[in-house]
Amino acid sequence: MAGDDFYEAPTVEQVIQLIGDRFGGDVTVRGSKERRVFLSAGRERIYELCEYIHDVLNFEQASSLSGVDWETHMQMVYHLSNYYNGVMIEIEVDIPNDDLRVDSVTPIWEGANWHERETYELFGIVFDNHPQLERLLTPCDYEFFPFRKSYKLRRAE
Amino acid sequence: MMTSKMWVTMGPQHPFSHGLWTLKVKIDGEVITDAIPIIGYLHRGWEKECENRTYPQIIPMADRLCYSASMTWSHVYVMAVEEALGIEVPERAQYLRVVADEICRIQSHLMWLAAMGTDLGNLTVFLWSLREREMFLDLFVKLCGQRLTTNYPRIGGVRNDMPYLFERDCMRVVDLFEKRLWDIIALMDDSAIFLSRMQGVGRISRKEAANMGLTGPGMRGCGVNFDVRRDDPYEVYDLLDFEVPVHKDGDAYARYAVRIEEMFQSCEIIRQAMAQMPDGPVRIKVPRNVPAGSHFARIEDPRGEALMHLISDGTDKPYRLKVRSPIFVNVSGAKRMVLGTRMADVPAIMGTIDMCLGETDR
Repeated sequence: MAGDDFYEAPTVEQVIQLIGDRFGGDVTVRGSKERRVFLSAGRERIYELCEYIHDVLNFEQASSLSGVDWETHMQMVYHLSNYYNGVMIEIEVDIPNDDLRVDSVTPIWEGANWHERETYELFGIVFDNHPQLERLLTPCDYEFFPFRKSYKLRRAE
Repeated sequence: MMTSKMWVTMGPQHPFSHGLWTLKVKIDGEVITDAIPIIGYLHRGWEKECENRTYPQIIPMADRLCYSASMTWSHVYVMAVEEALGIEVPERAQYLRVVADEICRIQSHLMWLAAMGTDLGNLTVFLWSLREREMFLDLFVKLCGQRLTTNYPRIGGVRNDMPYLFERDCMRVVDLFEKRLWDIIALMDDSAIFLSRMQGVGRISRKEAANMGLTGPGMRGCGVNFDVRRDDPYEVYDLLDFEVPVHKDGDAYARYAVRIEEMFQSCEIIRQAMAQMPDGPVRIKVPRNVPAGSHFARIEDPRGEALMHLISDGTDKPYRLKVRSPIFVNVSGAKRMVLGTRMADVPAIMGTIDMCLGETDR
Protein backbone atom coordinates (compact mmCIF):
# COMPACT_ATOMS: atom_id res chain seq x y z
CA MET A 1 0.00 0.00 0.00
CA ALA A 2 1.76 3.17 1.13
CA GLY A 3 5.44 3.19 1.99
CA ASP A 4 7.82 3.01 -0.95
CA ASP A 5 5.75 4.30 -3.81
CA PHE A 6 7.86 2.82 -6.61
CA TYR A 7 7.22 -0.77 -5.59
CA GLU A 8 4.09 -2.52 -6.73
CA ALA A 9 3.28 -5.56 -4.64
CA PRO A 10 2.05 -8.74 -6.38
CA THR A 11 -1.66 -9.40 -6.18
CA VAL A 12 -3.13 -12.77 -5.21
CA GLU A 13 -3.45 -13.80 -8.89
CA GLN A 14 0.12 -12.74 -9.64
CA VAL A 15 1.44 -14.67 -6.63
CA ILE A 16 -0.29 -17.86 -7.83
CA GLN A 17 0.90 -17.27 -11.41
CA LEU A 18 4.53 -16.56 -10.49
CA ILE A 19 4.84 -19.46 -8.06
CA GLY A 20 3.17 -21.79 -10.55
CA ASP A 21 5.60 -20.75 -13.30
CA ARG A 22 8.64 -21.17 -11.11
CA PHE A 23 7.85 -24.32 -9.13
CA GLY A 24 5.38 -26.17 -11.34
CA GLY A 25 4.09 -29.36 -9.78
CA ASP A 26 6.16 -29.12 -6.59
CA VAL A 27 3.84 -26.51 -5.12
CA THR A 28 0.06 -27.04 -5.09
CA VAL A 29 -2.38 -24.17 -4.77
CA ARG A 30 -5.06 -25.29 -2.30
CA GLY A 31 -7.15 -22.20 -2.75
CA SER A 32 -7.28 -18.46 -2.52
CA LYS A 33 -9.57 -15.68 -1.44
CA GLU A 34 -9.30 -11.97 -0.86
CA ARG A 35 -5.71 -11.22 0.29
CA ARG A 36 -5.06 -14.89 1.09
CA VAL A 37 -3.20 -17.62 -0.81
CA PHE A 38 -3.11 -21.20 0.45
CA LEU A 39 -0.31 -23.45 -0.79
CA SER A 40 1.19 -26.77 0.07
CA ALA A 41 4.73 -27.72 -0.80
CA GLY A 42 7.15 -30.63 -0.55
CA ARG A 43 9.74 -30.27 2.15
CA GLU A 44 12.65 -30.64 -0.29
CA ARG A 45 11.96 -27.30 -1.91
CA ILE A 46 10.57 -25.34 1.04
CA TYR A 47 13.74 -23.30 1.55
CA GLU A 48 13.91 -22.45 -2.14
CA LEU A 49 10.22 -21.50 -2.14
CA CYS A 50 10.57 -19.29 0.92
CA GLU A 51 13.67 -17.62 -0.51
CA TYR A 52 11.74 -16.88 -3.71
CA ILE A 53 8.78 -15.50 -1.76
CA HIS A 54 11.08 -13.28 0.29
CA ASP A 55 13.47 -12.07 -2.40
CA VAL A 56 11.26 -11.80 -5.46
CA LEU A 57 7.71 -11.43 -4.16
CA ASN A 58 8.98 -9.24 -1.28
CA PHE A 59 7.13 -10.88 1.60
CA GLU A 60 9.16 -9.24 4.32
CA GLN A 61 7.78 -10.95 7.37
CA ALA A 62 7.21 -14.49 8.59
CA SER A 63 4.18 -13.95 10.80
CA SER A 64 3.83 -17.37 12.28
CA LEU A 65 5.23 -20.88 12.02
CA SER A 66 3.25 -23.63 13.65
CA GLY A 67 3.75 -27.34 13.99
CA VAL A 68 0.81 -29.74 13.82
CA ASP A 69 0.82 -33.36 14.93
CA TRP A 70 -1.52 -35.35 12.67
CA GLU A 71 -0.38 -38.62 14.31
CA THR A 72 0.22 -40.23 10.88
CA HIS A 73 2.64 -37.42 10.07
CA MET A 74 3.71 -34.00 11.26
CA GLN A 75 3.10 -30.73 9.49
CA MET A 76 4.63 -27.27 9.45
CA VAL A 77 2.39 -24.35 8.57
CA TYR A 78 4.00 -21.06 7.51
CA HIS A 79 2.15 -17.75 7.46
CA LEU A 80 4.00 -15.12 5.45
CA SER A 81 2.84 -11.55 5.07
CA ASN A 82 3.46 -8.69 2.70
CA TYR A 83 3.73 -5.17 4.09
CA TYR A 84 2.65 -3.44 0.90
CA ASN A 85 -0.80 -4.85 0.22
CA GLY A 86 -1.63 -7.06 3.19
CA VAL A 87 -1.54 -10.35 1.24
CA MET A 88 -0.77 -13.45 3.30
CA ILE A 89 0.53 -16.79 2.04
CA GLU A 90 -0.10 -19.97 4.00
CA ILE A 91 2.16 -22.91 3.18
CA GLU A 92 1.65 -26.43 4.51
CA VAL A 93 4.57 -28.82 4.51
CA ASP A 94 4.16 -32.47 5.45
CA ILE A 95 6.96 -34.16 7.38
CA PRO A 96 7.05 -37.99 7.80
CA ASN A 97 7.14 -39.31 11.35
CA ASP A 98 10.28 -41.38 10.86
CA ASP A 99 12.38 -38.44 9.65
CA LEU A 100 11.34 -35.25 11.45
CA ARG A 101 13.53 -32.79 9.60
CA VAL A 102 12.89 -29.67 7.58
CA ASP A 103 15.09 -26.80 6.42
CA SER A 104 15.09 -23.80 8.70
CA VAL A 105 13.89 -20.49 7.26
CA THR A 106 15.67 -18.43 9.93
CA PRO A 107 18.44 -17.48 7.46
CA ILE A 108 15.70 -15.80 5.39
CA TRP A 109 13.51 -14.30 8.11
CA GLU A 110 15.12 -13.65 11.47
CA GLY A 111 11.65 -13.46 13.00
CA ALA A 112 11.20 -17.19 12.41
CA ASN A 113 13.97 -17.98 14.88
CA TRP A 114 12.00 -18.39 18.08
CA HIS A 115 9.01 -19.94 16.33
CA GLU A 116 11.29 -22.72 15.11
CA ARG A 117 12.92 -23.18 18.48
CA GLU A 118 9.47 -23.41 20.04
CA THR A 119 8.29 -25.98 17.49
CA TYR A 120 11.47 -27.97 18.04
CA GLU A 121 11.00 -28.20 21.78
CA LEU A 122 7.26 -28.84 21.73
CA PHE A 123 6.99 -31.19 18.73
CA GLY A 124 10.52 -32.48 18.21
CA ILE A 125 10.81 -31.31 14.63
CA VAL A 126 14.46 -30.62 13.80
CA PHE A 127 15.28 -27.56 11.70
CA ASP A 128 18.40 -27.98 9.61
CA ASN A 129 20.75 -24.98 9.46
CA HIS A 130 19.10 -23.26 12.40
CA PRO A 131 21.68 -21.06 14.18
CA GLN A 132 20.78 -22.11 17.71
CA LEU A 133 18.31 -24.94 18.07
CA GLU A 134 17.85 -25.15 21.83
CA ARG A 135 14.91 -25.39 24.20
CA LEU A 136 13.35 -22.00 24.84
CA LEU A 137 10.21 -22.22 26.99
CA THR A 138 10.56 -25.55 28.78
CA PRO A 139 13.42 -26.60 31.10
CA CYS A 140 16.50 -27.79 29.24
CA ASP A 141 16.37 -31.27 30.82
CA TYR A 142 12.97 -32.21 29.40
CA GLU A 143 13.09 -35.53 27.60
CA PHE A 144 9.67 -35.46 25.96
CA PHE A 145 7.76 -33.25 23.55
CA PRO A 146 4.62 -32.01 25.34
CA PHE A 147 2.56 -30.82 22.36
CA ARG A 148 2.50 -34.16 20.56
CA LYS A 149 -0.83 -35.96 20.55
CA SER A 150 0.78 -38.95 22.26
CA TYR A 151 1.32 -36.74 25.32
CA LYS A 152 -2.05 -36.90 27.10
CA LEU A 153 -3.25 -34.22 29.47
CA ARG A 154 -4.52 -35.32 32.84
CA ARG A 155 -8.20 -34.63 32.19
CA ALA A 156 -8.27 -35.82 28.59
CA GLU A 157 -10.37 -38.89 27.94
CA MET B 1 42.55 1.77 30.96
CA MET B 2 42.11 -1.97 31.14
CA THR B 3 38.55 -3.21 30.87
CA SER B 4 37.37 -6.78 31.07
CA LYS B 5 34.14 -8.10 29.70
CA MET B 6 31.55 -9.51 32.01
CA TRP B 7 28.02 -10.90 31.95
CA VAL B 8 25.34 -9.05 33.86
CA THR B 9 22.02 -10.76 34.46
CA MET B 10 19.11 -8.32 34.42
CA GLY B 11 16.04 -10.05 35.74
CA PRO B 12 13.88 -12.01 36.35
CA GLN B 13 13.31 -9.63 39.27
CA HIS B 14 14.41 -6.28 37.93
CA PRO B 15 12.49 -3.00 37.78
CA PHE B 16 12.82 -2.76 34.02
CA SER B 17 11.56 -6.24 33.18
CA HIS B 18 7.81 -5.74 33.90
CA GLY B 19 7.24 -9.41 34.45
CA LEU B 20 9.43 -12.45 34.75
CA TRP B 21 12.06 -12.54 32.09
CA THR B 22 15.80 -12.19 31.99
CA LEU B 23 18.09 -10.22 29.77
CA LYS B 24 21.69 -11.34 30.09
CA VAL B 25 23.99 -8.66 28.74
CA LYS B 26 27.72 -8.86 28.17
CA ILE B 27 29.34 -5.52 28.86
CA ASP B 28 32.70 -4.11 27.99
CA GLY B 29 32.98 -1.21 30.42
CA GLU B 30 29.61 0.41 29.77
CA VAL B 31 29.04 -0.78 26.21
CA ILE B 32 26.93 -3.87 25.51
CA THR B 33 28.67 -6.38 23.26
CA ASP B 34 26.24 -9.30 23.50
CA ALA B 35 22.78 -10.02 24.88
CA ILE B 36 20.65 -13.10 25.47
CA PRO B 37 16.95 -12.79 26.30
CA ILE B 38 15.64 -15.68 28.40
CA ILE B 39 11.90 -16.34 28.69
CA GLY B 40 9.73 -19.26 29.70
CA TYR B 41 9.15 -18.65 33.41
CA LEU B 42 5.42 -18.36 32.75
CA HIS B 43 4.97 -21.16 30.21
CA ARG B 44 1.63 -22.81 31.00
CA GLY B 45 1.12 -24.84 27.84
CA TRP B 46 -1.81 -22.61 26.90
CA GLU B 47 -2.12 -24.04 23.39
CA LYS B 48 -2.16 -27.63 24.67
CA GLU B 49 -4.71 -26.78 27.37
CA CYS B 50 -7.04 -25.46 24.65
CA GLU B 51 -7.12 -28.86 22.96
CA ASN B 52 -8.86 -30.14 26.07
CA ARG B 53 -11.61 -27.51 26.22
CA THR B 54 -14.70 -26.70 24.19
CA TYR B 55 -14.70 -23.62 21.98
CA PRO B 56 -16.70 -21.27 24.28
CA GLN B 57 -14.56 -22.28 27.26
CA ILE B 58 -11.47 -20.86 25.60
CA ILE B 59 -12.77 -17.26 25.41
CA PRO B 60 -12.06 -16.42 29.08
CA MET B 61 -8.73 -18.25 28.76
CA ALA B 62 -7.79 -16.00 25.86
CA ASP B 63 -8.36 -13.01 28.13
CA ARG B 64 -5.60 -14.27 30.39
CA LEU B 65 -3.01 -14.16 27.62
CA CYS B 66 -2.38 -10.53 28.37
CA TYR B 67 -3.83 -8.60 31.27
CA SER B 68 -3.91 -5.27 29.48
CA ALA B 69 -4.96 -6.46 26.02
CA SER B 70 -7.58 -9.00 27.05
CA MET B 71 -10.19 -7.61 24.67
CA THR B 72 -8.08 -8.00 21.55
CA TRP B 73 -6.95 -11.51 22.47
CA SER B 74 -10.44 -12.87 22.98
CA HIS B 75 -11.43 -10.97 19.83
CA VAL B 76 -8.81 -12.64 17.66
CA TYR B 77 -9.77 -16.03 19.07
CA VAL B 78 -13.48 -15.64 18.26
CA MET B 79 -12.54 -14.29 14.83
CA ALA B 80 -10.56 -17.45 14.09
CA VAL B 81 -13.50 -19.64 15.16
CA GLU B 82 -15.97 -17.57 13.13
CA GLU B 83 -13.66 -17.91 10.13
CA ALA B 84 -13.78 -21.70 10.56
CA LEU B 85 -17.56 -21.67 10.95
CA GLY B 86 -17.92 -19.34 7.97
CA ILE B 87 -20.43 -17.07 9.67
CA GLU B 88 -20.99 -13.33 9.43
CA VAL B 89 -21.31 -11.40 12.68
CA PRO B 90 -24.17 -8.83 13.01
CA GLU B 91 -23.03 -5.35 12.12
CA ARG B 92 -23.83 -3.83 15.49
CA ALA B 93 -21.67 -6.46 17.17
CA GLN B 94 -18.81 -5.62 14.81
CA TYR B 95 -19.03 -1.95 15.78
CA LEU B 96 -19.19 -2.85 19.47
CA ARG B 97 -16.07 -4.97 19.09
CA VAL B 98 -14.26 -2.09 17.39
CA VAL B 99 -15.20 0.30 20.20
CA ALA B 100 -14.11 -2.22 22.83
CA ASP B 101 -10.83 -2.88 20.99
CA GLU B 102 -9.98 0.79 20.83
CA ILE B 103 -10.79 1.35 24.51
CA CYS B 104 -8.50 -1.60 25.16
CA ARG B 105 -5.77 -0.10 22.98
CA ILE B 106 -5.86 3.23 24.82
CA GLN B 107 -5.77 1.67 28.27
CA SER B 108 -2.96 -0.67 27.23
CA HIS B 109 -0.90 2.20 25.84
CA LEU B 110 -1.54 4.17 29.05
CA MET B 111 -0.31 1.22 31.10
CA TRP B 112 2.81 1.21 28.94
CA LEU B 113 3.24 4.96 29.36
CA ALA B 114 3.04 4.59 33.13
CA ALA B 115 5.64 1.82 33.11
CA MET B 116 7.87 3.81 30.77
CA GLY B 117 7.62 6.82 33.07
CA THR B 118 8.78 4.84 36.09
CA ASP B 119 11.59 3.27 34.07
CA LEU B 120 12.93 6.69 33.25
CA GLY B 121 12.41 8.10 36.74
CA ASN B 122 9.37 10.23 36.02
CA LEU B 123 6.86 9.18 38.63
CA THR B 124 4.33 11.89 37.80
CA VAL B 125 3.76 10.32 34.39
CA PHE B 126 3.02 7.05 36.16
CA LEU B 127 0.41 8.62 38.42
CA TRP B 128 -1.23 10.71 35.72
CA SER B 129 -1.50 8.01 33.09
CA LEU B 130 -2.88 5.49 35.57
CA ARG B 131 -5.43 8.09 36.59
CA GLU B 132 -6.57 8.49 32.97
CA ARG B 133 -6.49 4.73 32.47
CA GLU B 134 -9.00 4.35 35.27
CA MET B 135 -11.58 6.24 33.17
CA PHE B 136 -11.29 3.64 30.43
CA LEU B 137 -11.38 0.77 32.88
CA ASP B 138 -14.61 2.26 34.21
CA LEU B 139 -15.99 2.12 30.67
CA PHE B 140 -15.06 -1.58 30.60
CA VAL B 141 -16.87 -2.09 33.91
CA LYS B 142 -19.97 -0.52 32.42
CA LEU B 143 -19.73 -2.54 29.23
CA CYS B 144 -18.63 -5.98 30.50
CA GLY B 145 -18.64 -5.84 34.28
CA GLN B 146 -14.89 -6.35 34.57
CA ARG B 147 -11.86 -4.11 34.61
CA LEU B 148 -9.17 -6.30 33.11
CA THR B 149 -10.27 -9.79 32.09
CA THR B 150 -13.32 -8.69 30.20
CA ASN B 151 -14.73 -11.89 28.64
CA TYR B 152 -16.81 -9.80 26.25
CA PRO B 153 -16.67 -11.17 22.66
CA ARG B 154 -18.63 -14.31 21.90
CA ILE B 155 -18.51 -16.66 18.94
CA GLY B 156 -21.09 -15.01 16.70
CA GLY B 157 -21.22 -11.58 18.33
CA VAL B 158 -20.68 -10.00 21.71
CA ARG B 159 -22.13 -10.91 25.09
CA ASN B 160 -24.39 -7.92 25.62
CA ASP B 161 -25.45 -4.69 24.02
CA MET B 162 -24.28 -1.31 25.29
CA PRO B 163 -25.70 -0.42 28.70
CA TYR B 164 -27.85 2.65 29.30
CA LEU B 165 -26.03 5.93 28.47
CA PHE B 166 -22.81 4.15 27.50
CA GLU B 167 -22.45 6.27 24.40
CA ARG B 168 -22.64 9.47 26.43
CA ASP B 169 -20.05 8.16 28.90
CA CYS B 170 -17.74 7.16 26.06
CA MET B 171 -17.90 10.60 24.48
CA ARG B 172 -17.26 12.32 27.80
CA VAL B 173 -14.27 10.13 28.60
CA VAL B 174 -12.76 10.50 25.13
CA ASP B 175 -13.16 14.28 25.10
CA LEU B 176 -11.68 14.66 28.56
CA PHE B 177 -8.86 12.25 27.82
CA GLU B 178 -7.77 14.07 24.68
CA LYS B 179 -7.34 17.24 26.72
CA ARG B 180 -5.52 15.53 29.55
CA LEU B 181 -3.19 13.59 27.26
CA TRP B 182 -1.65 16.91 26.24
CA ASP B 183 -0.68 17.46 29.88
CA ILE B 184 1.13 14.13 29.92
CA ILE B 185 2.83 14.89 26.62
CA ALA B 186 4.02 18.20 28.01
CA LEU B 187 5.40 16.38 31.02
CA MET B 188 7.44 14.06 28.78
CA ASP B 189 8.41 16.20 25.82
CA ASP B 190 9.38 19.27 27.81
CA SER B 191 11.73 17.24 29.95
CA ALA B 192 15.32 17.40 28.70
CA ILE B 193 16.21 14.28 30.70
CA PHE B 194 13.47 12.24 29.05
CA LEU B 195 14.42 13.40 25.55
CA SER B 196 18.10 12.75 26.01
CA ARG B 197 17.39 9.24 27.26
CA MET B 198 15.02 8.41 24.41
CA GLN B 199 16.32 10.14 21.30
CA GLY B 200 18.87 8.27 19.26
CA VAL B 201 19.01 5.10 21.38
CA GLY B 202 18.07 1.64 20.15
CA ARG B 203 18.00 2.57 16.49
CA ILE B 204 16.61 -0.10 14.12
CA SER B 205 16.45 0.29 10.35
CA ARG B 206 13.30 -0.39 8.36
CA LYS B 207 14.75 -3.51 6.76
CA GLU B 208 15.93 -5.00 10.04
CA ALA B 209 12.61 -4.29 11.71
CA ALA B 210 10.68 -6.07 8.96
CA ASN B 211 13.07 -9.01 8.84
CA MET B 212 13.13 -9.69 12.55
CA GLY B 213 9.35 -9.65 12.67
CA LEU B 214 8.92 -6.53 14.77
CA THR B 215 5.26 -5.53 14.61
CA GLY B 216 2.97 -2.90 15.99
CA PRO B 217 4.14 0.52 17.21
CA GLY B 218 7.73 -0.73 17.27
CA MET B 219 7.62 -1.46 13.56
CA ARG B 220 5.81 1.75 12.66
CA GLY B 221 8.44 3.70 14.61
CA CYS B 222 11.01 2.23 12.22
CA GLY B 223 9.24 3.40 9.07
CA VAL B 224 7.25 0.30 8.08
CA ASN B 225 3.94 1.71 6.92
CA PHE B 226 1.64 -1.18 7.79
CA ASP B 227 -1.31 -1.59 10.08
CA VAL B 228 -3.55 -4.65 9.98
CA ARG B 229 -6.56 -2.44 10.70
CA ARG B 230 -6.01 -0.42 7.54
CA ASP B 231 -4.21 -2.79 5.16
CA ASP B 232 -5.91 -6.09 5.98
CA PRO B 233 -9.18 -4.79 7.43
CA TYR B 234 -11.34 -6.93 9.69
CA GLU B 235 -14.74 -6.13 11.23
CA VAL B 236 -15.74 -2.59 10.13
CA TYR B 237 -12.35 -0.88 10.09
CA ASP B 238 -12.63 -0.33 6.34
CA LEU B 239 -15.69 1.89 6.95
CA LEU B 240 -13.85 4.10 9.42
CA ASP B 241 -11.55 6.98 8.60
CA PHE B 242 -8.32 7.08 10.59
CA GLU B 243 -4.62 7.63 10.10
CA VAL B 244 -1.75 5.28 10.86
CA PRO B 245 1.09 7.18 12.51
CA VAL B 246 4.50 6.28 11.09
CA HIS B 247 7.90 7.62 12.12
CA LYS B 248 11.10 6.97 10.23
CA ASP B 249 13.72 7.54 12.95
CA GLY B 250 13.59 4.03 14.41
CA ASP B 251 14.78 5.07 17.87
CA ALA B 252 13.06 4.70 21.22
CA TYR B 253 11.56 8.18 20.93
CA ALA B 254 9.90 7.31 17.61
CA ARG B 255 8.25 4.26 19.15
CA TYR B 256 7.02 6.45 22.01
CA ALA B 257 5.66 9.06 19.59
CA VAL B 258 3.80 6.43 17.52
CA ARG B 259 2.00 5.15 20.61
CA ILE B 260 0.98 8.65 21.69
CA GLU B 261 -0.41 9.44 18.23
CA GLU B 262 -2.20 6.07 18.14
CA MET B 263 -4.11 7.01 21.27
CA PHE B 264 -5.47 10.13 19.55
CA GLN B 265 -6.46 8.03 16.53
CA SER B 266 -8.20 5.51 18.77
CA CYS B 267 -10.27 8.32 20.27
CA GLU B 268 -11.25 9.33 16.76
CA ILE B 269 -12.21 5.74 15.88
CA ILE B 270 -14.40 5.46 19.00
CA ARG B 271 -16.21 8.68 18.03
CA GLN B 272 -16.83 7.53 14.46
CA ALA B 273 -17.89 4.01 15.43
CA MET B 274 -20.35 5.37 17.98
CA ALA B 275 -21.82 7.76 15.41
CA GLN B 276 -22.18 5.10 12.69
CA MET B 277 -23.40 2.26 14.90
CA PRO B 278 -26.58 0.72 13.44
CA ASP B 279 -29.38 -0.88 15.43
CA GLY B 280 -29.88 -4.61 15.39
CA PRO B 281 -28.98 -7.84 17.13
CA VAL B 282 -25.59 -8.23 18.79
CA ARG B 283 -25.29 -12.00 18.70
CA ILE B 284 -26.39 -14.92 16.57
CA LYS B 285 -26.74 -18.58 17.42
CA VAL B 286 -23.84 -20.72 16.26
CA PRO B 287 -23.43 -24.49 16.05
CA ARG B 288 -21.53 -26.25 18.79
CA ASN B 289 -19.23 -28.22 16.53
CA VAL B 290 -16.82 -26.56 14.14
CA PRO B 291 -16.35 -28.21 10.72
CA ALA B 292 -12.91 -29.68 10.04
CA GLY B 293 -10.39 -27.36 8.44
CA SER B 294 -7.48 -25.03 8.97
CA HIS B 295 -8.16 -21.31 9.42
CA PHE B 296 -6.45 -18.27 10.82
CA ALA B 297 -7.30 -14.71 11.80
CA ARG B 298 -5.08 -11.78 12.51
CA ILE B 299 -5.68 -8.53 14.29
CA GLU B 300 -3.84 -5.39 15.36
CA ASP B 301 -3.14 -5.92 19.02
CA PRO B 302 -1.93 -2.87 21.02
CA ARG B 303 1.51 -4.51 20.93
CA GLY B 304 1.61 -5.70 17.35
CA GLU B 305 0.19 -8.31 15.07
CA ALA B 306 -1.73 -11.05 16.90
CA LEU B 307 -2.56 -14.16 14.90
CA MET B 308 -4.37 -17.34 15.84
CA HIS B 309 -4.18 -20.42 13.67
CA LEU B 310 -6.98 -22.84 14.40
CA ILE B 311 -7.18 -26.43 13.18
CA SER B 312 -10.55 -28.00 13.81
CA ASP B 313 -11.52 -31.65 13.34
CA GLY B 314 -15.32 -31.48 13.41
CA THR B 315 -15.72 -31.92 17.16
CA ASP B 316 -16.48 -29.27 19.78
CA LYS B 317 -12.81 -28.94 20.75
CA PRO B 318 -9.96 -27.51 18.68
CA TYR B 319 -7.41 -29.96 17.31
CA ARG B 320 -4.64 -27.39 17.47
CA LEU B 321 -4.59 -23.70 18.28
CA LYS B 322 -1.41 -21.78 17.61
CA VAL B 323 -0.97 -18.29 19.03
CA ARG B 324 1.35 -15.86 17.35
CA SER B 325 2.18 -13.40 20.06
CA PRO B 326 3.70 -10.08 18.98
CA ILE B 327 5.95 -9.74 22.02
CA PHE B 328 7.31 -13.28 21.62
CA VAL B 329 8.80 -12.22 18.29
CA ASN B 330 9.68 -8.64 19.29
CA VAL B 331 11.73 -9.74 22.28
CA SER B 332 13.63 -12.28 20.17
CA GLY B 333 15.23 -9.26 18.51
CA ALA B 334 16.40 -7.86 21.86
CA LYS B 335 20.04 -8.54 21.03
CA ARG B 336 19.90 -6.47 17.88
CA MET B 337 18.21 -3.61 19.71
CA VAL B 338 20.66 -3.25 22.59
CA LEU B 339 23.92 -4.13 20.82
CA GLY B 340 26.40 -1.25 20.98
CA THR B 341 24.33 0.83 23.38
CA ARG B 342 25.16 1.56 26.98
CA MET B 343 23.98 -0.32 30.02
CA ALA B 344 21.90 2.63 31.23
CA ASP B 345 19.97 2.72 27.94
CA VAL B 346 18.60 -0.81 28.32
CA PRO B 347 15.46 0.21 30.29
CA ALA B 348 14.70 2.93 27.73
CA ILE B 349 15.03 0.51 24.80
CA MET B 350 13.37 -2.55 26.30
CA GLY B 351 10.64 -0.38 27.78
CA THR B 352 9.49 0.60 24.30
CA ILE B 353 8.65 -2.97 23.30
CA ASP B 354 5.96 -3.06 26.00
CA MET B 355 6.62 -6.44 27.61
CA CYS B 356 3.76 -8.70 28.58
CA LEU B 357 4.82 -12.13 29.68
CA GLY B 358 1.45 -13.86 29.66
CA GLU B 359 1.29 -13.83 25.89
CA THR B 360 5.03 -14.28 25.40
CA ASP B 361 5.29 -17.57 27.24
CA ARG B 362 1.70 -18.71 26.79
